[in-house]
Amino acid sequence: MSITPPPASEVKDHNELFEAPEYQAQFERKREFEAGCSSDEVERIRQWTRSAEYREKNFAREALTVNPAKACQPLGAVLAGLGFAGTLPLVHGSQGCVAYFRSHFARHFKEPVPTVSSSMTEDAAVFGGLNNMVEALDNATALYRPDMIAISTTCMAEVIGDDLHAFIEEARQKGSVPPGYLLPFAHTPSFVGSHLTGYDNMLRAILEHLAKDRRGRPTGRINLVPGFDTNVGDHRELGRLLNLMGVDHVILGDHSAALDSPADGEYQLYPGGTPLGEAAEAINARATVFLQETATRRTSELVRDVWGQEAVTLTPPIGVNNTDRFVAEVARLAGVTVPREITLERGRLIDALTDSHAYLHGRRVAIAGDPDLVVGLLGFLLELGMEPVHVVSTNGDASFRERAEAVLATSPFGAGATVWPGKDLWHLRSLVFTEPVDLLIGNSYLKYLSREAQVPLWRVGFPIFDRHHLHRFPILGYTGALHLLTQLVNTVLEELDRTAPDHSFDIVR
Amino acid sequence: MRQIAFYGKGGIGKSTTQQNTMAALAEQGHRIMIVGCDPKADSTRLILHSKAQTSILALAAEAGSVEDLDLSDVLLEGPNKNWKIRCVESGGPEPGVGCAGRGVITSIGFLEENGAYEDLDYVCYDVLGDVVCGGFAMPIRQGKAQEIYIVASGEMMAMYAANNIAKGILKYAHSGGVRLGGIICNSRNTDREAELVGELARRLNTQMIHFIPRDNVVQHAELRRMTVIEYDPTSRQADEYRELARKIHENDRKTIPTPITMDELEQLLIDFGIMEVEDESLVGQTAAAV
Repeated sequence: MSITPPPASEVKDHNELFEAPEYQAQFERKREFEAGCSSDEVERIRQWTRSAEYREKNFAREALTVNPAKACQPLGAVLAGLGFAGTLPLVHGSQGCVAYFRSHFARHFKEPVPTVSSSMTEDAAVFGGLNNMVEALDNATALYRPDMIAISTTCMAEVIGDDLHAFIEEARQKGSVPPGYLLPFAHTPSFVGSHLTGYDNMLRAILEHLAKDRRGRPTGRINLVPGFDTNVGDHRELGRLLNLMGVDHVILGDHSAALDSPADGEYQLYPGGTPLGEAAEAINARATVFLQETATRRTSELVRDVWGQEAVTLTPPIGVNNTDRFVAEVARLAGVTVPREITLERGRLIDALTDSHAYLHGRRVAIAGDPDLVVGLLGFLLELGMEPVHVVSTNGDASFRERAEAVLATSPFGAGATVWPGKDLWHLRSLVFTEPVDLLIGNSYLKYLSREAQVPLWRVGFPIFDRHHLHRFPILGYTGALHLLTQLVNTVLEELDRTAPDHSFDIVR
Repeated sequence: MRQIAFYGKGGIGKSTTQQNTMAALAEQGHRIMIVGCDPKADSTRLILHSKAQTSILALAAEAGSVEDLDLSDVLLEGPNKNWKIRCVESGGPEPGVGCAGRGVITSIGFLEENGAYEDLDYVCYDVLGDVVCGGFAMPIRQGKAQEIYIVASGEMMAMYAANNIAKGILKYAHSGGVRLGGIICNSRNTDREAELVGELARRLNTQMIHFIPRDNVVQHAELRRMTVIEYDPTSRQADEYRELARKIHENDRKTIPTPITMDELEQLLIDFGIMEVEDESLVGQTAAAV
């Protein structure tokens, strides 16, 4: 039987389809089975959840998290693995978790994500996952021929206490991998920390593994660690900046090629990434510059305490001051001067900021996201004269609070802000309804609040599922700041036009 | 069908008591299934005359997964054809790896899904040591064992464990309806043992359902991998187990336990002269110092 599709003009899209009477009637009938309250009651409760009284209850919440703005450790560990050449991330645990990591990244980056799991099932939960590890390594090396397999864990393996080190050694003895094969591993229990912790644990494990016994002649190089940075344009931008400055460098954990590969007719499993040989030489570099704190805490300890290298942790170079500090620090470490080209870029950014500042100055902002991103963005917002009011980071800790408050204290525009580490997006909802703002800043998950509270959302961070290609552009450096400014000011201008009465609907903004 | 479970401190004689009691019930013609919930898989050896029954999980590991197993692979009947006792061991991982609690959950799930609970008068769970994690509480979750028998003795740690198990039962008593059927005192010949265990039972809002005296015939039977009921049916000890079986069969005192605090427990031991009144000045003093 063949089905003739209806002409395109008759195909209803998702929006229209469910507005049709048959669906509307169905929704109405469903209420009977959902023990639904009356529409009045629903509306009454909705209004109540926006009140100050509810906010108090919401913040007294102890045993419940609603919409946390964070992901789990192995997700970060996978991204760390993707940052190295020829590396296949392998997550020891259940398949479903790993499918989630792949789809989460695929939705953000719009790219396939080569990552495998050891497919632990019920019997592995009881007997331990040794056999799964052995077979996973057998299969992964035979099928995908990576140069390195970066191994992390899901909760399942962690709860039953699987010992990765012992399993990997046993797999080696059983000949699952050739002798001396690169198998860095990190325990990444999902119920501890966030994706940033997992990124850090895996990155440290990879560098430790690669650099083992590699101490040799100093290279004079600068290592650059961007961290859990999901704007792949950043890696290219950082490379461009350092090349302009003539700094011999290597980016440790460069996933930009793996997650933004060209469509040239040939699929590559491992496009780009930090070459393993260069990563191994990182131990002999002059210094390492970390552009995130939370996502590289343990890795920076490795560099400082074990490698004995100068390790500099900076606020991500977002906006003018943060980038100035970054450029100055790199110039100091490498002993170079800042070329005119970069000074010109900076000047063009300043010019653009002054062009737009009238529309941004004094705007009240709520921001949510990963701690380092938030601290970096706060600096930029204050430069623009914007007023952060609510600063939320679910995976932010005491150190985040300290850093965020230090940044806020540098400007009178930061005086009205409260920093909320450990709070989720449901807390943010209460904050926004009781102390309104002009703009929301954060990932795609803030769109619900944006619609409900009628506040425009400027999307930045991870994940961004519902707008295309933002991640392809940099947000770091002077060029990155220009991209940020463009999106930011245009979001504000869109809202200005949308809400302007006819007499103020100006052609010039 | 009645579902009962035996809990108690490790090494207290749970499995021996359990198998002898089940043998006595089987003598009366009751149809029984014993479910061993201990990774050591030693809950059915006296019935089967075997070293250790091949467990559900061992077979599942061999076959690839639990779904690949047949009920007939895991349910065994002993050589005594007069008894209707089916035996199954859940098994579990080697010491130091995996998750034994999850093993219990997996095994009981398998038995349920495959209709092992049909045509039975008694299902008896023999559970390792304490209720150390959620997996070992599986037998007392809703729809499983409704009566728990705690095997204890007059030794302090056995009583401590009994109180802990009572706490575990209390946790499930309101949601699942599990009740404490009594404490079985498996005698270690300690001072004032029956009295002491009886008093503990009273405090826990239950009864000492039976006092099993110590008798070497149990060891003789064990060495032959037999229950006393089968090894020496006319012995006095066999009658003790028959008496316990009768009391369990007729038991109408099933209660929600009232666990006591550590202080109360210690006071109980002091009252019975088992423990001396605590002298705080001695705490942390070495032999040399004293």
